[in-house]
Amino acid sequence: MTEETMDTDISLPTNRVEDFLRMERLPHIWCPGCGIGTTVNCFAHALDASGLDLKKVAIVSGIGCTGRVAGYMKLDSFHTTHGRAIPFATGLKLANPELKVVVYSGDGDLTAIGGNHFIHAARRNVNMTVILINNFIYGMTGGQVAPTTPIGATASTAPYGNFEEPFNLPYLAESCGAVYVARWTSFHVRHATKAIKDALLKKGFSFVEIMAPCPTLYSRRNRLGDGLDQMKFYRDNSEIQNGADTKTVGLSFQGKIVVGKFVDKEKPTYLESMNAFYAQKLGDQFTPYKG
Amino acid sequence: MKADPKGVMTGAYFIDGDHACAEGAIAAGCRFVAGYPITPSTEVVERIAERFPLIGGMFIQMEDEIASSIAIQGGVWAGKKAMTVTSGPGFSLMMEHLGLAAMTETPCVFVDVQRAGPSTGLPTLPAQGDMMQARWGSHGDYAIIALCPNSPQESFNLTIKAFNLAEQYRVPVLLMLDECVGHMTERVVIPPADQIEITPRRYWEGPKEDLLLFKADKDLVPPMVKAGDGYNIHVTGLTHDERGYPDMTPAAQEKLVRRLVDKIRLNADAIVEYKEDQVEGAEIVVVSYGITSRVAIPAIEQARAEGMKVGHLRLITAWPFPTKRIRELSTTVRGFVVPEINFGQMVREVERWVAGRARVRLVPHGGGSVHDPKDIYAAIAYVGKG
Ligand SMILES: Cc1ncc(C[n+]2csc(CCOP(=O)(O)OP(=O)(O)O)c2C)c(N)n1
Ligand code: SF4
Ligand SMILES: [Mg+2]
Repeated sequence: MTEETMDTDISLPTNRVEDFLRMERLPHIWCPGCGIGTTVNCFAHALDASGLDLKKVAIVSGIGCTGRVAGYMKLDSFHTTHGRAIPFATGLKLANPELKVVVYSGDGDLTAIGGNHFIHAARRNVNMTVILINNFIYGMTGGQVAPTTPIGATASTAPYGNFEEPFNLPYLAESCGAVYVARWTSFHVRHATKAIKDALLKKGFSFVEIMAPCPTLYSRRNRLGDGLDQMKFYRDNSEIQNGADTKTVGLSFQGKIVVGKFVDKEKPTYLESMNAFYAQKLGDQFTPYKG
Repeated sequence: MKADPKGVMTGAYFIDGDHACAEGAIAAGCRFVAGYPITPSTEVVERIAERFPLIGGMFIQMEDEIASSIAIQGGVWAGKKAMTVTSGPGFSLMMEHLGLAAMTETPCVFVDVQRAGPSTGLPTLPAQGDMMQARWGSHGDYAIIALCPNSPQESFNLTIKAFNLAEQYRVPVLLMLDECVGHMTERVVIPPADQIEITPRRYWEGPKEDLLLFKADKDLVPPMVKAGDGYNIHVTGLTHDERGYPDMTPAAQEKLVRRLVDKIRLNADAIVEYKEDQVEGAEIVVVSYGITSRVAIPAIEQARAEGMKVGHLRLITAWPFPTKRIRELSTTVRGFVVPEINFGQMVREVERWVAGRARVRLVPHGGGSVHDPKDIYAAIAYVGKG
């Protein structure tokens, strides 16, 4: 890692977040202490810092507590079906490559019901940013077990504790072809903001996992205290390891959390590959696809 | 508006219904297709995959039909005309997104080349078993338009019509082929582009700040915009108000869903299309669609040769159903004969509008082939005697 990529010094000016929200839709539905709102704050600052033309930024969510994010952002916003934000976003992006397309959704949405879409979008290197809020649980439906629930944690459908191996999401994303992979927690607001900004400006399939407390369900059921206690836990147990081998960053129940930027590489996007390939194969017959 | 000549392969060809469907989509201005291979629909996407790189279209073979049926909706909101193509099992997987398209009023086309089910059934053989699923397959209440071509030429024509209706009513339109029509090879004439009428998207033309993406005009259809135009639109599958914002009240539900249903119901006269042959003065009317409308002809001709007054009403729109016409005929005819390759789907709709005023006789068929015209003849004779 170079010094440059380690840089986390983003100044947070006056509260400009309001400019990015549909203020008329507030108050939001999230519980007190929920970490999702914190990540939205990071996202808004990242959008601001990115310099992107907001007219050309579209946000797509699936269904869940995190899935409500799209509806609060003052952007072209699409609240789709459970698990299917990524294929909708794929259509949006490929139909108009000028758009910057962001998928913002939950761990269950993106990696359980939507897992198939996640791996294929990463494999294709569709140019989009996926922000996944990992609260280790299905929040919206009352705290059921998810493919991210650590072994030993309890959930409403795993009342004696979860015994299934959870996904190591950065490893999953990298092995499927993501060109940018980072993980932070909602405690690491500056790092998370910088990571989202970098992901937004990255060409290709970029992935940011942000761990966030669900005090109402996950923390309460597992006796982890309130939202603040979880933030303290994140602070005390996170270890920044930029460039870490994603194989090694799996999470365990209340164990060490490896955070950082793990992957940042260059690869032609889906459309770049398609246009280059067809241009070579078809020559003059090919009409380059511009959207 | 006339078709973009770039895609239109003007001329006469000997092609099957699947290929004709692909050409119809291209002529209609479709430049975004997402699909997943499944017999007997695959030839549609194969042709699209070959043609699109030459005309600047975007074809993507998605990871499944769930993905295909929502990728096209992303394509539409980015400004494209878009279509997905499938058959039975894939059609079942698409149902949630058919509902999404209805709820978000996303104009798009779903093609289902019907094969015999349930489940994997007879993958390569015909049926007409998805007709009710087309109408009611997604959860909740809504309305769609479904068209039933009975030849490759009509597959071409009705694919264009499907796109036009989708734009006119901001609704998903279903093109219900069957394996026979999909795989039957006949002469198909593709007219010059300037003879193909295309309905453009109804983009909002008023002041930017006045846009209400779900506020309908008098015809109950709201205007469209696309992502990237600076409207900050919100599109959700949740029950929503005219701005598109979620509104979790029974009142909002009543208002929205009633309009979604009425948009098709109250415009039905303009949408419904059927073809009649000797229906005036008939004592018996055969109601058919798709390949079965052609299989019925020898049976009808035989009955006529024997002196029976038999009319033929062929459904072109299965949905909305020609309710008025069936009700009207029910007061003058002795009965209806409804052959279909299922155990009774559209016949229920006929019965509903006949409401006991005349006899209705189903000629069922389990799928895998077409009817023996003798069975249709026997039903005509039976109703004629009754
Ligand atoms: C097809 C379908 N299945 C199930 C549901 C119910 N459902 C809604 S949200 C959700 C899980 C959400 O979990 P996650 O994605 O982790 O989001 P969170 O609420 O935790 O932010 C489920 C199962 C649904 N809406 N649609
Ligand atoms: S249930 Fe959990 S994830 Fe959902 S809003 Fe409440 S705290 Fe947040
Ligand atoms: Mg979750």
